[in-house]
Amino acid sequence: MTATRTSPPAKSTEKAKTQDGKPDKRFKVLDITMKRNQYRQDALIEILHKAQEAFGFLEEDVLSYIAHKLQLPLSQVYGVATFYHLFSLKPSGAHTCVVCLGTACYVKGGGDILKAVEEDVGIAAGETTEDGQVSIVTARCIGACGIAPAVVYDGKVAGQQTPEQTCDRIHGWKQADS
Amino acid sequence: MERAELLEQATVAKQAQKRIRIHCCTSTGCQASQSLDVKKQLDNAIKTHNLGDTVEAVGVGCMGFCGQGPMVEIEDADSPAEKKHYQKVTPEQAESIIGSLNGSGEADAIEGDPNHPFFSRQLLIVREHSGRIDPERIDEYLAVGGYQALHHAIYEMSPADVVQEITQSGLRGRGGAGYPTGLKWATVAKMPPGQKYIICNADEGDPGAFMDRSVLESDPHRILEGMAIAGYAVGATQGYIYVRAEYPLAITRLQKAIQQAKRKHCLGAQIFDSPVDFTIEIRVGAGAFVCGEETALIASVEGGRGNPRPRPPYPAVSGLHGCPTLINNVETLGNISPIIRNGAEWFAGIGTERSKGTKIFSLTGKIRNNGLIEVPMGITLREIVEEMGGGVPGANNVKAIQTGGPSGGCIPDRELDTPVDYDSLRELGSMMGSGGMVVMDDDTSMVQVAQFYMEFCRGETCGKCIPCRAGTVQMYQLLTKLLDEKATKRDLDRLKELCGMVQATSLCGLGQTAPNPVLSTLHYFEQEYLDLLQPDPITVAAANRG
Ligand code: FES
Repeated sequence: MTATRTSPPAKSTEKAKTQDGKPDKRFKVLDITMKRNQYRQDALIEILHKAQEAFGFLEEDVLSYIAHKLQLPLSQVYGVATFYHLFSLKPSGAHTCVVCLGTACYVKGGGDILKAVEEDVGIAAGETTEDGQVSIVTARCIGACGIAPAVVYDGKVAGQQTPEQTCDRIHGWKQADS
Repeated sequence: MERAELLEQATVAKQAQKRIRIHCCTSTGCQASQSLDVKKQLDNAIKTHNLGDTVEAVGVGCMGFCGQGPMVEIEDADSPAEKKHYQKVTPEQAESIIGSLNGSGEADAIEGDPNHPFFSRQLLIVREHSGRIDPERIDEYLAVGGYQALHHAIYEMSPADVVQEITQSGLRGRGGAGYPTGLKWATVAKMPPGQKYIICNADEGDPGAFMDRSVLESDPHRILEGMAIAGYAVGATQGYIYVRAEYPLAITRLQKAIQQAKRKHCLGAQIFDSPVDFTIEIRVGAGAFVCGEETALIASVEGGRGNPRPRPPYPAVSGLHGCPTLINNVETLGNISPIIRNGAEWFAGIGTERSKGTKIFSLTGKIRNNGLIEVPMGITLREIVEEMGGGVPGANNVKAIQTGGPSGGCIPDRELDTPVDYDSLRELGSMMGSGGMVVMDDDTSMVQVAQFYMEFCRGETCGKCIPCRAGTVQMYQLLTKLLDEKATKRDLDRLKELCGMVQATSLCGLGQTAPNPVLSTLHYFEQEYLDLLQPDPITVAAANRG
């Protein structure tokens, strides 16, 4: 018996090109990563990380593109993408503010920082403002407990934060962009 | 490669170092406080003062005193015992620190006391080079004798000898449960030859703990060397390091270290021209606490959802891709090369009867001296918290110490004189865990702490088994009800019942230990729970009727 491989959904290959017919660079990044991992199925998490880095989040097309290339059922790729906290299936804002809620940060007031920011920005943790500018995220210990409470602004860790400092930083982003 | 050649390389690397080394911490904590700028300014000042021949600024790993970062330390090869410590150094102060070296003026920076108990009570084995070498340069590791233990193991010892040595040292797993490391190695070694794997568990999930992160960022080669020795001992040729994605700096440094080690033939095919092969790959996690559990971690390394599975079979028998797999935690592996270097007896002479060696703790929370400490097992909690940590800042007192993260518990202040080891902590209803120690003061509500951990477990359960998935949610709701002052005695009874049930029937360690924070706070601080209770409406009604 010969195994028949279903052809990929037209969408996912087309997606590799932008509207003006040029290849989409982001898919290229993805291709390189997959190749470097020899299309190995056990590298799925690495590849999803790279995809998220390139696209900002994991949209369905990207997931099915990866599934096709690694010859994995889409359900499995989807299952993995939804299992881990760091993968996001929704677009995130231009800026992200990650408030650590690990134990060390919690006892030193991480919760108060989060509360203040949520009130100030008007969204809850895990959400993005309507204008797509700011996302608020929580983390469970980022390993900087020595300088708790810690907040990560666009990937940069800052220690010994206060609710005021964090709100100020976010205001700074908003002003810079408007 | 001959041993002489390796020694030669070490000497060359050592000689290339300048007489005065200025260690500047470049780990995550200090980088967050601009330590990279400090380093840059130190470099500049060395240039402007024309001190380049004798002085160098070295970007090093963590010195431990993270709460006071950025840390800068001056070490003079002519008088190595006299070190100078500066704390909370700003880039502007760099100039005066360098200036003070040749006597032109005083350093304008906060000088710390290297003889403070925070440092003097420590015993460094795993962290011996941490904060003293540049983690991004293999030469620095070679200069302090790096990879000599691996060389010795391969050429001087049989695999069985290595396993024997580790067994005799009495080393126990530093990841949490404290399983004897030698026994684990022996089990994998005994499996028939064929594909076997080594996995380094660097998925430090316990909130409030960062020792693994620090070791990886400060001395990555030590872990690679430990893994390679393990590989030789049990007959594995492939290793994986499973690191949290939350630790980007550790990942970059590991990647660099692996490349450098390969180039020097300390890793890869035919290590030191011997027939021994060992390659290491990095696998990055994606944020799931349950992946710290062995079987879940394996599922994740395979690229799947981090679902645990029942044991047995244990990973030592059937692990990654169904092959025998040795999983050790970062700190455990960090102990391997010193044991091979100094012998099992030396290691077994440190610590207590049943817990040998040292343990790294991350001392955080409401405490004056925040940071990482490595202490011999058997030191008391009081020595750690009061002497080294300097106690709670302000007028408050220590109320409890949380150890072991979400799987551990709270130890009340009256037990502070307990010597710290695996068994004594367990007797107190807590556990060693990976070594997080969060100090809580009088202001902390213990019921809230229990709720905090239950929220954590509720969010982190993988959902595969019902007791854990549903039980943690129920317990969280009961705790919330208590805190909202709506709960009655019956709710409290139900909470206790649930704790026992979840503990006894969950599939993996996460669920089995999830009730611990509740149980331990209930045990030591029951009054706080009772104070929140409301009269039971049914009994009240009955009483009125009667
Ligand atoms: S608890 Fe926030 S960094 Fe560890």
